[in-house]
Amino acid sequence: MPWKEFFIEREPGFELVEKTNVRKITYAEAINETFHQMMASDKSIYIMGQGVDDPLGMFGTTSGLQEKFGKKRVFDTPLSENALTGIAVGSALSGMKPVYIHNRPDFLLLAMDQIVNHASKWNFMFGGKRSVPLVIMATIGRGWGSAAQHSQAIHSLFMHIPGLRLVMPSIAYDAKGLLITSILDNNPVIFIQHRGILKHKSSVPEKMYSIPFGKGIIRRKGKDVTIVAISYMVIEAIRAAEKLEKEKINIEIIDPRTLKPLDEDIILNSVKKTGRLIICDVGWKTGGVGAEIAAVLMEKGMKYFKAPIKRVSSPDIPTPSSYILEEKFYPGMEEIIAAVKEIIK
Amino acid sequence: MYTNKKISPKILLKLYTIIFKIRKVQLKIEELYPKDEMKTPVHLCIGQEAVAAGVCINLKKKDYVFSNHRGHGHYIAKGGNLKSMISELYCKETGCSKGRGGSMHLIDTSVGLLGSSAIVGGGIPVATGAALSSYIKNDNKVTVVFFGDGASEEGTLYESLNFAKLKNLPIIFVCENNLYSVYTYIAKRQYGKDIYLKAKGFGIPSFSVDGINVFDVYSKAKEAIERARKKQGPTFLEFKVARWRDHAGTGDHYKNEYRNIKEHEEHLKKCPLEKLQNSLIKLKLLNSNKIKEISKKLDLEIESAFAYAQKGPLPDKNELTKHLFSE
Repeated sequence: MPWKEFFIEREPGFELVEKTNVRKITYAEAINETFHQMMASDKSIYIMGQGVDDPLGMFGTTSGLQEKFGKKRVFDTPLSENALTGIAVGSALSGMKPVYIHNRPDFLLLAMDQIVNHASKWNFMFGGKRSVPLVIMATIGRGWGSAAQHSQAIHSLFMHIPGLRLVMPSIAYDAKGLLITSILDNNPVIFIQHRGILKHKSSVPEKMYSIPFGKGIIRRKGKDVTIVAISYMVIEAIRAAEKLEKEKINIEIIDPRTLKPLDEDIILNSVKKTGRLIICDVGWKTGGVGAEIAAVLMEKGMKYFKAPIKRVSSPDIPTPSSYILEEKFYPGMEEIIAAVKEIIK
Repeated sequence: MYTNKKISPKILLKLYTIIFKIRKVQLKIEELYPKDEMKTPVHLCIGQEAVAAGVCINLKKKDYVFSNHRGHGHYIAKGGNLKSMISELYCKETGCSKGRGGSMHLIDTSVGLLGSSAIVGGGIPVATGAALSSYIKNDNKVTVVFFGDGASEEGTLYESLNFAKLKNLPIIFVCENNLYSVYTYIAKRQYGKDIYLKAKGFGIPSFSVDGINVFDVYSKAKEAIERARKKQGPTFLEFKVARWRDHAGTGDHYKNEYRNIKEHEEHLKKCPLEKLQNSLIKLKLLNSNKIKEISKKLDLEIESAFAYAQKGPLPDKNELTKHLFSE
């Protein structure tokens, strides 16, 4: 299908942060490799979700798993998202480490009772007697007219809920390291991918390694403006920065990698230097991740600012289907460049 | 008189003691609740004790039980620590949930009580997940989940029934139909009177049982649990019971406003404890001295649990955010 080819464009300069001669694999391949390695290392890990054993293998992320680990540990599910989330919670309480994969975050809305009322609260509500080691994964389905119910970026809803981790890696290297951390963690983790980056390649070591939660990374060093970019927006921010470089505007790009916990220090330290902040999110503006990051920065670093914070995010409307409207709906490099020019005026 | 020759005297006396204990604990809560020291909403199960007792006595210590907001009976019947339970009602650090859960969130992992959900129907899939663990690990454990008639109006029940049958999971779905969701009678909420019929549509063996008659509760639960243990899949049991008290708190202050009084009075005549006691007297397993002896022993245990709870420490305010995550 055409959308499988979508977004396969030039790889942005990730080697800026990874000067290695390690092999390059795609984000989806990195996830798949991680599943294979983790499942081989720990029998309590199992994977379920609608279509995890189908020919497409969840964008390739689950390919070969059922053949290797059997139908008890890798299985397709009924569509019952809410109950299946509860089932994942109950299995986690009794010694398993479930990974529940959804095609789209939109479907997580059907499971909000179990995610919010159960998974996120069990450890606290029972005084730490039983925790919920659970990973819930979903892939934001931008593009190809996916429209209002198949392309939502609703991660800010999860950022609001105490007791959840929120992980949104933007490159294959981080996807592997953070997926390992997520599976090893004793708590519920919401792991959000983005269709636009699943085919991007970056250097990924074969060995297993873990990236801690709450540690952002500087994707590109700069001195004029700080851009905090989330998930796919890292790509657009890098493109914008490369263009602006030619105009002698120096952009520092920070990829928080996990939104909860959030690496506040890495953003504060950058803003201390640049005095200007633009937050680029893949979701809506109002009450979104950008609003939270802006609030944290005002609370802790108001004195550093030379200009008001700007947010680059989607307008507060459902995703339209027609590509002409879609193009307008999704901000990208152009919008980021415009925001930079305004903020440095 | 209720009898069943298949049940041994030892088990009958044990059932009697458990039902008596659940009743006494709740009457004690009711007696002391007006003092406002148990600052948590209690949902008493007076009148419904035979279900918890008759089901849980068939379980092994390692088996799992998941409960709901009206969970005192389930906790006691599965062998949960009484001191920890009462301490939780007193909001103490010594409570089973360290004062973070309250009456609706009881847990004792040492006896397979992995927690309870106060979202109606919320615990059903969670319990189904514990049964999934047993299926994957092949650990021969059985899971029981208790829920009320209200939960049979939630989608989670049907999603869970479908999955449990699909994977043939070792789980017993126990519906305690006490006719009321808060003050709303079942006829205002759903079509038909028999909830168990709905589970049949999933291909799950499903039965309606008199929940006052502990002999029947015991026998049906035993069959269901044996089936699950033999990997023959899930069973649905609907126990017809009556809620003697208000939805929450003590007494039944608004009964004239919401109940069918005639029906209610009939229910009050059918006390599970009294029925069992009379049967056991007739079977010569009990006499007034023996009853006094059991009663006194239970009183001592309950007094001691309340004393322990009352003098226990409250949680430390500086530990407000503790337990949000597990390390």
